[in-house]
Amino acid sequence: MPAYLDAAAGAPLHPVAREALLAALDDGWADPARLYGAGRRARLLLDAAREAVAAEFGARPDEISFAANGTQALHAAVLGALAGNHRAGRTFVHSAVEHSAVLHAAQTHVAAGGVALTVGVDALGRVDAEEFAASAAAAGAAALQAANHEVGTRQPVSDVATAIGSVPLVVDATQTIGHEPVPEGWSVLAGDARMWGGPTLGLVAVRTGVRWRSPFPDDDRESGRIPGLPNLPTIVSAAAALRAVGAQQAGEADRHRALVDRIRRSVSAGIPDVEVLGDPTDRLPHIVTFSCLYVDGEALLTGLDRRGFAVSSGSSCTSSTLEPSHVLVAMGALTSGNIRVSLHHATTEDEVDRFLAVLPEVVADVRAELGATGL
Amino acid sequence: MILDARGRRCPLPILDLARHVTDVDVGATITVEADDPAARPDIQAWCRMRGHEYAGESVAPDGTPAYTVRRRH
Repeated sequence: MPAYLDAAAGAPLHPVAREALLAALDDGWADPARLYGAGRRARLLLDAAREAVAAEFGARPDEISFAANGTQALHAAVLGALAGNHRAGRTFVHSAVEHSAVLHAAQTHVAAGGVALTVGVDALGRVDAEEFAASAAAAGAAALQAANHEVGTRQPVSDVATAIGSVPLVVDATQTIGHEPVPEGWSVLAGDARMWGGPTLGLVAVRTGVRWRSPFPDDDRESGRIPGLPNLPTIVSAAAALRAVGAQQAGEADRHRALVDRIRRSVSAGIPDVEVLGDPTDRLPHIVTFSCLYVDGEALLTGLDRRGFAVSSGSSCTSSTLEPSHVLVAMGALTSGNIRVSLHHATTEDEVDRFLAVLPEVVADVRAELGATGL
Repeated sequence: MILDARGRRCPLPILDLARHVTDVDVGATITVEADDPAARPDIQAWCRMRGHEYAGESVAPDGTPAYTVRRRH
């Protein structure tokens, strides 16, 4: 049986999400803004889903809007926070290790005459809270992820939020939601239902009282934040999945943490010339990343895929641009032979053990092919 | 000593460096000219992992980045 260990790119659809999706395709097809029976039924489904999602991270239902996908949610979160606060400042401050969607939104802001300021990270991939807050003191908005999507290191979101006071803080909680509690202090929150076992759906939450203006043309859907008819079946499905994983969250986090600890130990002990990356303890429970010297990341992915393991890589040879991961570069980490393993609700102990059993041989094979022995 | 790693993709520039670092004396430098964008972070990481000194980046006459390493052992 192939083992899918790339949950940080999207977990497999949770069985509860699949069931809810199929039911909502039948019951939730009508426009929830319409005043006839089918529309009212759709409206009830939408309201219930919004309430369920809001409850999972201490938000009010009217603070939540749904977007097409995680990338759109991040673009909207950042550009909306900047548009809503342009009188306070035209500078956007973000960490060097934000998701590329945040960096692309920053480029859009700069192209429109704004300023973007990048705050670097330490070797574990973490910003210094004081340095970040000092950089953001006069910003229009700032963005800091709850935890890093490539190496799992948590960011000091709450400390930064307290220190920057009234500057709105956009928090990318994409990899956190569904796996552990979202940190306190966000002004605008972005998420992606794929990461918690839902279908493709983005999430934008804007705290009451935070100035935020839609970067899109006017539309009255989703509190005026995201234009167009919301995709109701996926919303219902995503909310059901979030409720299901939310109920198991603490136990699953412990289970994933133990498996990730096992991977960290086994990789460090069993593979020569390897660096396990990210904070060993203050991190997400389900993501672990390592880099191997003298190894071609693409050959490693191919070798693992041939043996039935789906993982991802931040090595340059595996990216469409042939650039190494900006996260690994910002950390000063080795980018060659990079592998990220990420676990989800359906990951079993047996899958992890089988992965660890074949990994040393796959790495050794790639090194032998490159003639990288005895170095 | 200068190594020409132009056109060689990750992880080949570091492999070239690892193969040839013992060709220079301890305390001497070896320079890798490499146009692969992964060479910059990876040569620095290699120095850290292997206990050599990263001595900085310059530019070859044709504009290719050149990374210099000092052999430490």
